[in-house]
Amino acid sequence: MNLIGLLSPELILLATGLLVLILDMAFHGKEGRREWLPFVAIAGLIVFLIAASFLWGTHTSLLSDMMAVDSFALFFKVVAGLSTLLVILASWDYFQGKTPYEGEFYGLLVLAALAITLAAASTDLIMVYLSMEFLSIGSYILVGYLREDPKSNEGAIKYFLYGAVASGIMLYGMSLVYGVTGTTNLAQIAQVFAAGKLTDDMLWLMLPALIMLLAGFGFKIALVPFHQWSPDAYEGAPTPVTAFLSVGPKAAGFAILMRVFLAAFPAFQLDWAAVLAAISMITMTLGNVVALKQTNIKRMLAYSSIAHAGYILIGFASVALDSPSLFNGVNGVLLYLLGYLFSNVGVFVAVIAFENATGSNQIPDYAGLIKRSPWLAGTLFVLLLSLTGIPATAGFLGKFFVFAAAINVQFYVLALVGIVNAAIAAFYYLNVARYMFFVPSQEESHIAIAPALAVALGVATFATLLIGLYPQPFIEFANQSVRLLGVF
Amino acid sequence: MDFPILTLITFVPLLGSLIVLCMPKEKERLIKQFSIAVSFIPLILSILLWVNLEKGGGIQFEELVAWIPAIHVNYHVGADGLSVPLIFLTALLTTLSLFYSSFTIKNRVKEFFFLFLLLEMGMFGVFVSLDFVLFYVFWEIGLVPMYFLIGVWGGPRREYAAIKFFIYTLVGSVAMLLAIIGIYLNTGTFDIIQAAAMRPFVENFTLGALAFWAIFLAFAIKVPMFPFHTWLPDAHVEAPTAGSVILAGILLKLGCYGFFRILLPMFPEQFHRFAPIIAVLAVISIVYGAMVSMAQWDLKKLIAYSSVSHMGYVMLGLAAAAFAIGSKDMLTSQAIAMNGAVFQMFNHGIITGALFFLVGVIYERAHTRDLTAFGGLASKVPYYYGIMLVAGLASLGLPGLAGFWGEFFVFRGTFAIAPVYAAVGAIGIVFTAAYILWKVIQHVFLGPFNEKWANLTDMETYEKITLWPLVIFMVLFGLYPPLIVDTINAAMTRLLSGL
Repeated sequence: MNLIGLLSPELILLATGLLVLILDMAFHGKEGRREWLPFVAIAGLIVFLIAASFLWGTHTSLLSDMMAVDSFALFFKVVAGLSTLLVILASWDYFQGKTPYEGEFYGLLVLAALAITLAAASTDLIMVYLSMEFLSIGSYILVGYLREDPKSNEGAIKYFLYGAVASGIMLYGMSLVYGVTGTTNLAQIAQVFAAGKLTDDMLWLMLPALIMLLAGFGFKIALVPFHQWSPDAYEGAPTPVTAFLSVGPKAAGFAILMRVFLAAFPAFQLDWAAVLAAISMITMTLGNVVALKQTNIKRMLAYSSIAHAGYILIGFASVALDSPSLFNGVNGVLLYLLGYLFSNVGVFVAVIAFENATGSNQIPDYAGLIKRSPWLAGTLFVLLLSLTGIPATAGFLGKFFVFAAAINVQFYVLALVGIVNAAIAAFYYLNVARYMFFVPSQEESHIAIAPALAVALGVATFATLLIGLYPQPFIEFANQSVRLLGVF
Repeated sequence: MDFPILTLITFVPLLGSLIVLCMPKEKERLIKQFSIAVSFIPLILSILLWVNLEKGGGIQFEELVAWIPAIHVNYHVGADGLSVPLIFLTALLTTLSLFYSSFTIKNRVKEFFFLFLLLEMGMFGVFVSLDFVLFYVFWEIGLVPMYFLIGVWGGPRREYAAIKFFIYTLVGSVAMLLAIIGIYLNTGTFDIIQAAAMRPFVENFTLGALAFWAIFLAFAIKVPMFPFHTWLPDAHVEAPTAGSVILAGILLKLGCYGFFRILLPMFPEQFHRFAPIIAVLAVISIVYGAMVSMAQWDLKKLIAYSSVSHMGYVMLGLAAAAFAIGSKDMLTSQAIAMNGAVFQMFNHGIITGALFFLVGVIYERAHTRDLTAFGGLASKVPYYYGIMLVAGLASLGLPGLAGFWGEFFVFRGTFAIAPVYAAVGAIGIVFTAAYILWKVIQHVFLGPFNEKWANLTDMETYEKITLWPLVIFMVLFGLYPPLIVDTINAAMTRLLSGL
């Protein structure tokens, strides 16, 4: 396949994003036409996913080894495409009356999806940095999208300040790596270490360098202690953006983390696995414990998504690609991300539906939801069960795989902290269920769900249950996607 | 049998629940009748199952289909003399509960019957699963409907009780999940029968002990054994009548069943080594549970704590059998103790199920369960008194009623193996007699008549219909225990010979 063919998914996203921005300008002043913009974005994303599917099984590198075309990158293309699709459906009615600049939103969202696909495919530190900055800048704008809303602005500023510092630190770490190895290409970095010619007076630099890289990646994933931006940004951002932030950039962060560490630094696995295991334990515990106290559902979900990052990290901390076991860690991360994508975006879709109808994000206001909209309450409950990790849902499958990976490499303490956290998390997820089903509400009015939201909610719930009940194809997909270029 | 009887038993309730979900919620009568009709299908099938069961034939009615081949998880179900009586018990109590609830549940009817059928599926699933992951899936799924049954239709502290029930069980089950994964990584199979045959962690006692205690925790919380029993009084007291019946009648048995099906066959060495600890906990459960029962003034709470005591007998019988693993001359006593334990599980299901129904009957009328508020009701509600007397006497182990045999076998087996534990445990019987006769019978039915209850009415027809089947089984198995013991004994002998 030629270069254009191999890059076609990215090119389609780029074209779609720009087209939406141009059409937005072209339609200026022509009322009614702008309503077509989300359709353009959705069509572009669907074509993108189809184009990506043609690359299934292709393994090669592009542009002087700057980018990889491999199953691993393909997996994240799917994640980026699906999450963006669901978020577009979720934003349909959200911005009505909130901002006049609706069109740009879809363009920026598609470009953010492009940034995720680029990040997941990067095989050079330069490319890693550029794609992450691309993603970050897009995210800053999206968080601050409601210009009139001070909370939205506050979130964006916080996000930006933290992001700028984190990416600066990461860049410094990259320069250290370059200083030690003389290259920015991931595979070549690994070769330099494998050759074993480096002496200790150079090698000691690698530990600070790795930690600095981790600061950048951890910022995107919202790992403790790089998470402080996320509750404010999540709460302040328009809710569809929060949904996107909790999945898309997180997935990109994990993709980069895994590719960089596996492709460039396998020699230091003992070091980074220990650090990641520690961070994982702190992240899930802090996320869950703080989530217990939240009364705003968006803030609760912000902390819950921090906790989920911790669970996902269990899988990568326990990575054992050469192990004969089925639970090699990376497939656990991928399965977890896939289930989390549907469940978490689904929960946010439900939150948006509720917010559109009532204007509230307070958990006590969910009282009596079962009477006001049985379907909204029912689907939200299933999705929350998935986040809790109850069997027959996608969330269970992911937890099963990451815990299995931890036991496989005998990280028993990590697994134990994981399950204790899973039990803690049940408290705050069930607290929402308690309000929805047990507590009667003063308000009895029916809550109508807009068609686009209903579709998004239906798809998310269906996928959550499908992955939980018939996981076989998804496990195979994840197993195939473990194949990273240059590692396998 | 040629048709997939266990799959039908398990999934007919699910199908029924989904149909209920699609019915308009105004048609309460139809929903009730339909749910009861659906619950008759597994009831009839479970009778068929028992009739067709070949005694001592090991696992029967097996079905094996690949479910998640990527990680070697199968849909593997089967039943034997251990599970068949419990499947029948589940079907019976569910049908009776649905019937009773169709008269007593007034609000959110559709949700109630939907959840109840879903719960029935979860319980059947646990009893038939022979694959660890499948077992776990059903084990956890059953939590959700019960959480709602307590939380929506329960008493004043229902929200607290519901979450406490959920979290307690969840903590135990996630610990079990780690053990399940560990066993798989060690033996290469999720199949319960195969894994048991391969003896997981046979080369590493410590890891085996870790897995043992992790699974022990999950089951001990469910049973519940002292000191993991604190969720039980809350859940039982707050749950609606039918919920309490199922909780006490079936959900507690899930834990006991797990000990027999999984923990004992898989870790006989660890079980043997730790048998003293388990026996001590069992004896504490028996005596402490009975003493706390005796201290209660709330009728429902009294019966709730009596469950802790009665489940202690089950665990004592099991621990005694584990004590004697390896000594061949004890085989008969082991079998007797285990038979007693399983028989006790069944008995507790019908007896305590009946007692909770009876509590419901009086509470519906009096709106109180305070034992001091009653007195002299025997002449006012003679029918109710009669049934309560039978169930109460069965509960305290009067010879001639079913409850006697379970306890008798447990103590007969345990005395031969571990006499000290049996002797201490036997104190519990005395306390049981005391709280049943003194607290329940005397305070409610005897003594001077409390004029406050001059308008109290005796049992309605639907209440009689609910209770008679349970009374019949108490008498039937009490007079002629071989009806059930033969089935259990064949399975237990087989289980013991495999250790």
